[in-house]
Amino acid sequence: MKNAVGRELPEQIGNYTVKPFAGTGKAQKVLPPVVSKRQPRLGPEDGKKLCESLQEAIRKTGLKDGMTISFHHSFREGDMIIGQVLTAIRALGIKGLRFAPSAVVNIKNPSIVDFVKDGTIDRIEASGIRGELGDAVIDGLMEQPVILRPHGARPRAIETGELQIDVAFIGASASDEYGNCTGQIGPNACGSLGYSFVDAANAAQVVIVTDNLVEYPCCPTSISQQYVDYVVVIDQIGDPAKIGAGAARMTKNPRDLMIASRAADAIAASRLFKDGFSFQTGAGAISIACTNYLAERMEERGIKASFALGGMTANIIEMFKKGLVRVLECSQSFDAVAARAIAEYPNILEIDNSVYSNPYTRGSMLDKLNFGVLGALEVDTDFNLNILTGMSGEMMGGLGGGPDVADGADISIVTIPVIRGRTPSIVPKVFTCCTPGDSVAMVVTEAGIALNPKHKYYDMLKEDLEAAGLKLVTIQYLCDLALSYTGIPKPIETTDKVVAVVEYRDGTVIDVIRQIKR
Amino acid sequence: MRLTKAGIAGTMESSDVMVTVRPAEEAGIRIAIESKVEAQYGDEMRQTVLDVMNDFGIEAAEVELRDRGALDCVIRARTQTAVCRALGTGFDWKGEDR
Repeated sequence: MKNAVGRELPEQIGNYTVKPFAGTGKAQKVLPPVVSKRQPRLGPEDGKKLCESLQEAIRKTGLKDGMTISFHHSFREGDMIIGQVLTAIRALGIKGLRFAPSAVVNIKNPSIVDFVKDGTIDRIEASGIRGELGDAVIDGLMEQPVILRPHGARPRAIETGELQIDVAFIGASASDEYGNCTGQIGPNACGSLGYSFVDAANAAQVVIVTDNLVEYPCCPTSISQQYVDYVVVIDQIGDPAKIGAGAARMTKNPRDLMIASRAADAIAASRLFKDGFSFQTGAGAISIACTNYLAERMEERGIKASFALGGMTANIIEMFKKGLVRVLECSQSFDAVAARAIAEYPNILEIDNSVYSNPYTRGSMLDKLNFGVLGALEVDTDFNLNILTGMSGEMMGGLGGGPDVADGADISIVTIPVIRGRTPSIVPKVFTCCTPGDSVAMVVTEAGIALNPKHKYYDMLKEDLEAAGLKLVTIQYLCDLALSYTGIPKPIETTDKVVAVVEYRDGTVIDVIRQIKR
Repeated sequence: MRLTKAGIAGTMESSDVMVTVRPAEEAGIRIAIESKVEAQYGDEMRQTVLDVMNDFGIEAAEVELRDRGALDCVIRARTQTAVCRALGTGFDWKGEDR
């Protein structure tokens, strides 16, 4: 069967029943009551939650073969918890677990691949996989397909019961012995624990893992003791120098700077750019540069924003300090500066990932967002975005909040070079469709800006951008230009085996990723 | 034209290619490619190298491309330069004046 973006999907993949994506705005409006594994239950009889070791905590949770475990990815590439917890689980001989972190970062030594190969993990659900695990999955490592969900879809999947968590392991840079904990303070501060709120509230058991036990009560507290079963102190939970690795850098690439500047110009040209506007820019190289250019445009015009949303970076904190933004709503902190800022300023807030991005609430903050700046690996002539797979079909990225921001923001702006090396970025058809083109307002490149004629604000944007003298081109022009430089690539050959399912915000399937033929 | 020594051109920078040409005993152009986009563009890369060798009239060579995502024009230019260096001659620009 084909879904609304023309992707050929099987009806059933192993145990997974495919609900095809029906189009933006076609989602089921109301879902059944929330499903939770959280039990009304007394605390430990002796009042002791503190465990001597990870193994002791795992034994006490009663973790068994086939259960589901979760983690957050707020330590990003610096995470040292996932490896230690999985090693302890393996030592206890527990097998066949469903591994459901908010995203899989590229952790090494040990690699997640080792735990799949030895049978500790047999299913993975996350927002993205890359690195060694991504390569292994695309080559058919797993029996069951990996389920990939954007950030807004994970809390929905947990609350609908599609993803029920037995034990949530939550890394915290400070915790007291009763489980009040946070990521905002301590030597290994990671900032917002936004991804873990839904896990803490709905998992059957919650284990806090920290390397910094503080006096009761921990202040500030992000995750409350009322959800916490056990607390474990280990030597080191993460490497803060690596939390920002691969993300928070200011590019010197003149092409990227040109694209970033042009995206800021497009924002500044819009009539929605006025006092009280809101934005989300993200952590890619072009995004960070775009944030800086946006700050310049705001200062030039004397315009202040009401809020910035999502993953925070040092340069957005800088804008806040200059009084350019009134409130920062942080679902994630991308670097050490952003991580510590939450505890320092009352208007820099840690928010639940669900209030950030989950469409199935009484309102997520994305609904109030004016401008969202996005990155992508590929854009096609229908404006569909691929943010997962690279030139040879390899896993390159994560869905993150990309599909959520595109859908939620009034104006979603994709910043992307026309080519990367010999790889065209603007193509006739994306290899993996992650974000439907209908939700993308414009694509900004070094060769011009392409507005999406199907977007709800097309007429307004055309008028505003033309009035500002910005260079408008068609997406077909950009695609032709890209292919004129690179030549037409041979298509990637795949087998029929589905290795990953790409879900949209509403839990329908927007695409699948098939095993690459070698 | 016969190669008597090796010639190298290019760098390992992103979007470039390092091309090495070496003399070969047996007739024919043998091409080794190391590239992340070989599956997509390997045939075009080989054809470009063969075209350059044909232009110089070279019938026996071993050519190695260590590609970092170079466009076709870059592969052509680096291959031409590597051959010129191996032959110890300059490039005949007259051919470009068409």
